[in-house]
Amino acid sequence: MKVKNLLIAALRSLAKNKMRTFLTMLGIIIGVASVIAMLAIGQGSKQSIQAQISTLGTNVLMIWPQASSAGGVRQEAGSSQKMTLEDVTAIADRCPSVAYVTPQVRSSGQLVNGNMNWRTSVYGVYPNYFEIRNLNLSNGNLFTMNDDRSATKVCVVGQTVVTNLFGSDADPVGSFIRINKIPFKIIGVTEKKGQNAFGQDQDDMVIAPFSTVQKRMMAITYIQSMLASAKSEPQIAAASQEITDVLKAKHNLGPSEDPDFTIRTQTDIANAATATSGILTILLATIASISLLVGGIGIMNIMLVSVTERTREIGIRMSVGARGRDVLLQFLIEALLISLLGGFIGVTLGVLVSQLIANILSWPVTITIQSILMSFIFSSAIGIFFGWYPARKAAGLNPIDALRYE
Amino acid sequence: MGKAIISVKSLVKVYKMGDVEVHALRGVNVDIMKDDFVAIMGKSGSGKSTFMNIIGCLDVPTRGQYLLDDVDVSSLTKDQLANLRNHKIGFVFQSFNLLSRTSALENVELPLMYNKKIASREMRERSLNALEAVGLADRAHHFPNQLSGGEQQRVAIARSLVNDPVVILADEPTGNLDTRTSIEVMGIFQKLNHKGITIVIVTHESDIAAFTKRNITFRDGRIIKAIEVDKPRNAMDELANMPVMVEEDEV
Ligand SMILES: Nc1ncnc2c1ncn2[C@@H]1O[C@H](COP(=O)(O)OP(=O)(O)OP(=O)(O)O)[C@@H](O)[C@H]1O
Ligand SMILES: [Mg+2]
Repeated sequence: MKVKNLLIAALRSLAKNKMRTFLTMLGIIIGVASVIAMLAIGQGSKQSIQAQISTLGTNVLMIWPQASSAGGVRQEAGSSQKMTLEDVTAIADRCPSVAYVTPQVRSSGQLVNGNMNWRTSVYGVYPNYFEIRNLNLSNGNLFTMNDDRSATKVCVVGQTVVTNLFGSDADPVGSFIRINKIPFKIIGVTEKKGQNAFGQDQDDMVIAPFSTVQKRMMAITYIQSMLASAKSEPQIAAASQEITDVLKAKHNLGPSEDPDFTIRTQTDIANAATATSGILTILLATIASISLLVGGIGIMNIMLVSVTERTREIGIRMSVGARGRDVLLQFLIEALLISLLGGFIGVTLGVLVSQLIANILSWPVTITIQSILMSFIFSSAIGIFFGWYPARKAAGLNPIDALRYE
Repeated sequence: MGKAIISVKSLVKVYKMGDVEVHALRGVNVDIMKDDFVAIMGKSGSGKSTFMNIIGCLDVPTRGQYLLDDVDVSSLTKDQLANLRNHKIGFVFQSFNLLSRTSALENVELPLMYNKKIASREMRERSLNALEAVGLADRAHHFPNQLSGGEQQRVAIARSLVNDPVVILADEPTGNLDTRTSIEVMGIFQKLNHKGITIVIVTHESDIAAFTKRNITFRDGRIIKAIEVDKPRNAMDELANMPVMVEEDEV
C-alpha cells in the first residue's frame, strides 16, 4: 500500500471515530500535561532555593559557640559566652584560606524617629560583614574600623526601616534616630534585597559597628557568633578545618575532643536545601508517572473496547487484499498521529498550567526542554504500544477469523 | 467451455475445537471454467461457506490441492494470498461487511487502496464506474446506515468488481433481500458474467439458482450433484415484465 493511501486510511479512520480518537488522546494529554507541570514545579523550587542560598553571601561560613547544656537544659545556640574577640583575631591571623571574618552580636531594638517608631533587629558587626554577605549601600557611607574602636553611635539601615521611620521615598542619611533611647546617626542605607528563602524580610534590620552594639546596647563582653568567608569556593572546606584547629587550640581542646563550637558552611546549607527539593521533585515525578500510567491504561481500555469493531475492520480490509503489514502500518500511523497531536496539546496545556500555578500560587516554575521531550517520548511510546498491540494480534489472524471475531 | 479458472482436488477442511473435530469438507473435486456462472446449493452445515472461504483465499484448507488461474494456492505465503485476493478475487458476503461510517464510494475504493499501481484519480473514476454498474452512482456519498439492505449489497458487489477480478464469489448474496431486490442483484451478476467474469454464488433458493448456468449441490462436505441449468432465467426480462406492487396497491 502506498504511504499516501496509508495516511488517507489512517486519517479517515480517526475522523470517523471522533469520540474514540478524543478519548484516546485525552490519556496522553493529561499524562504529558501533568508531567510537564510537575517537573516545572520541582525544577522551579530547586532553582529558587539555589538562588536564595546565594543571597547569603559568597563562600560563607557561620561559627557559633556550642549550645551549653548546663543542668541538662539545652540553651539556645549562641547563648554560650565562650567566644571572644580574641578568637576573631586568631582566625584572621592564622587561617590562610579565610578572606574575611567578623564577630556578630544581635540585639532587638526599639527605633524612634519623632512620633514614628519601629521594632527590629540591630546587628553589631565589622565593616567587612558587607563583603562577606555581598551587601551594598544604595545611599550614604559605611562605618569604618575606627568607628568600631571608638564605638561610635552610627548605623546603616535597611529599606523597610526607612519606610517605617521616614516614609517610603525619604533619604534618612544624616538624620538621627533613637535606638533603645540611645541616639544613632544614620550614615547609610542598604540596597533592597527582599525576602530570603525562609520568608524573612532582609531589609528589616539595622547594622552598626560591633563594639557599639556589644558595649553600648547589650553591655556584654563575649560575642554571639562569627561570620567568615573563604577565599574561594574550593577553599571552603579548608577554611572550615583551619578555623576548627585554631579555635580548638585557643579553647585548650585536644584534637580528639569535641569542639565547643559549630561551623556551618554555605555548601552544607545548599546541600540540605537541594536534598529537600530533590525529595519534592521525586514526589512530584512519582505523581506524574502515575497519571501517565493511568492515561496509558485509559488508552488501552479504549483500544480494547474497540477491538471487536476494529478486528472486523481488519478482516474486511484483509478480505479485499490488505497484507498484515498494511494493516499494522495503518494502525501505527493512527497511533502516531494521536500521540503527536495529544502530546502537542498536552505540552501546551502543561505549560499553561505551570504558568497558572506560577501566577496564582506565586510558586516559581521552570519548564525545561528535557521535561517536554521526556514526557512527549514516553507518552507517545504508551500510545503507540497500546494502539498497535491489539492491531498486531488481529493482523495475525486469517481474514475469515478476523471477520468472524466477536 | 474454455480453461478452468478454479480447479479443486480432494479438498479437505477439518475444524479442531479442543477434542472435537468437525469435518466440514471431506474431499471436494470440482473444476469451474472461465465464463461459468455457478450456484452452490445444499443443506445448512453441508460445507458451502467453508468451500467458498477457501476458494476465496480467506481461509486455508487442511489438505488438498487448489489451483486458481493455474496458480497453486497452497504454496503461497500470506502476503501472496493477500495479493491474489486483491487482484483476482471479488468476495461478496451475506452480511455485506461494509466499513461503517464510511461512504459508499470510499468502501468501493477500498480494494484499490491496496493496489500500488493505481493513482488516486483512476481510483475515484473506477469506483464511480463500479457504483454506476450497480445503479448507485447517485448514492456515492451516503453511509451504509443510510442505505437499504439491497443497496448495501449492491455497494458490496461494486466493491467486489472494482479491481477487475477474474472471479466473483458471493456467499448467499440474496439471503437478506426480498424477491424483487434479489432478482435485481442476480441481474447485476448476469451482466457481469456476460462481460466474462466467472461467478460463483451460494444460495438456498432454487429460484435464485435458476438464474445461473450450473448448479452444484453439497451434502456432508461432499459434492453429490452437479447439473447444467437447461434454460437460465433472465433477470432483466423478468424485471421489465414484473408488476410494481406498491403502486398498484395505491391506485
Ligand atoms: N470456524 C469454525 N469452527 C468450527 N466449526 C466450523 C467453523 N465454521 C464452520 N464450522 C462447521 O463446519 C460445518 C460446515 O459449515 P459451513 O459454514 O461451511 O456450512 P454452510 O453450508 O455454509 O451452512 P449454511 O447454509 O447454514 O451457511 C458446520 O458443521 C459448521 O458447524
Ligand atoms: Mg454458509
